[in-house]
Amino acid sequence: MTLQVNKTSYPLEIEAGRTLLSVLRGELGLTGSKEGCDDSECGACMVLVDGQPVNSCSYLALQADGREVTTIEGLASGTKLHPLQQAFLDHGGVQCGFCTPGMLISATGLLATNSDPTDDEIRAALSGNLCRCTGYVGIVAAVRSAAGEQATAD
Amino acid sequence: MAGRFTSPTALVDALAATEAGYRAVAGGTDLVVGSRQGKWSLPEDIVALDRIAELRGIEETAGGLRIGATTNHADLARHPAIRERWTAVADAASIVGSPATRHVGTLGGNLANASPAAETSGPLLCFEAQVEVRSTTGSRRIALDDLFEGPGRTTLRSDELIVAVEVPELANAGSCYVRLEFRRQMEIAVVGATAVVSLDGGLVSGARIAITALAPTIRRVAAAESALLGTDGGPSAASEAGRLAAEAALPISDVRSSLEYRRAMAAVVVRRAVTGAIARARGETIAIPASASLFGAR
Repeated sequence: MTLQVNKTSYPLEIEAGRTLLSVLRGELGLTGSKEGCDDSECGACMVLVDGQPVNSCSYLALQADGREVTTIEGLASGTKLHPLQQAFLDHGGVQCGFCTPGMLISATGLLATNSDPTDDEIRAALSGNLCRCTGYVGIVAAVRSAAGEQATAD
Repeated sequence: MAGRFTSPTALVDALAATEAGYRAVAGGTDLVVGSRQGKWSLPEDIVALDRIAELRGIEETAGGLRIGATTNHADLARHPAIRERWTAVADAASIVGSPATRHVGTLGGNLANASPAAETSGPLLCFEAQVEVRSTTGSRRIALDDLFEGPGRTTLRSDELIVAVEVPELANAGSCYVRLEFRRQMEIAVVGATAVVSLDGGLVSGARIAITALAPTIRRVAAAESALLGTDGGPSAASEAGRLAAEAALPISDVRSSLEYRRAMAAVVVRRAVTGAIARARGETIAIPASASLFGAR
């Protein structure tokens, strides 16, 4: 198969039952996507597949063949953080950081389809992502602020 | 030898694979998650259905809807005709799992998984949906009622695939699906209820009621349906339907709830589903999903 991750192609030979998360972390060394619950409850493993959020721990890697996968490593441009990443820092949306990659990926998926989400829409979009330390206030504020910035930039 | 994997773009190739013993995966939100949770092992040989274009999409037909088996829950939830005329299906599809689950998980996969708590099955049962099933040797239609055999068990043969779900239209009906939930998202119904009602001159002329997570399979409750007929569908009629549905329930105790609590709440959710369906049949607006609307603000 060929796995297309963050605009780079990786030719791979993998077993049928491997999950996308295990291939990203184990074969490609992209360890930004986290293994939290490993059964699609927590969202720490969230990646975009063709622009849509997917729990990579329960998605077969072979089903991603030829599709465009975006992981947390694909958000920043060089040393410049993605506006959402910067907003998470500015609004205290990060504490231990374990849920952050998944949160950022779900937020990226949301802003790609909805440039001006309400707080309820932000909460719904992040509802598959659990944070166990900061709480969600700073995270929602960060997404709201990044959406505003994106609107100004457009 | 390591397992085999095939990802055909044509249905005939997928059917040949299931005949050869491959197990089908659509979104993987049950099959793969279940294997991660240790409920079962992943099948040795897997045929993925997600690249078969003819299995996906929602089509309005002369008699109703034809929904391709790999149509996902997000597509069901936002479809304008479903929201307007099969509203309970939209209520249910819009509260399945999280955004990721709704985008990856498919209707056919959800039906084949046969969970007694599956959200969309109650509404589809009330609309008297049928599944179209194919194998290399032919096709058949199965009424949803005859598809579910028990928790996680269907009457499908191992070489058969669900290819579509046909949902008849019910003119002038109002419908509503409500679940009792402990949280709004990433939830599985503690108990759920569907009501589909028609009104004639302000009185109930047609009633279908199904209970979810209250028996080994999702099922309709004839006694509650008949009790509602001819009434105004008001508070006392809705409560009586709820009482009868609770009486017919065969709940279990598990990690989400005790048997006693489920039975007590059955009466409440059925009453709410009936109330919501009556309101919608009268043309009143109850926002989708009804669970959030009828339980009040978050």
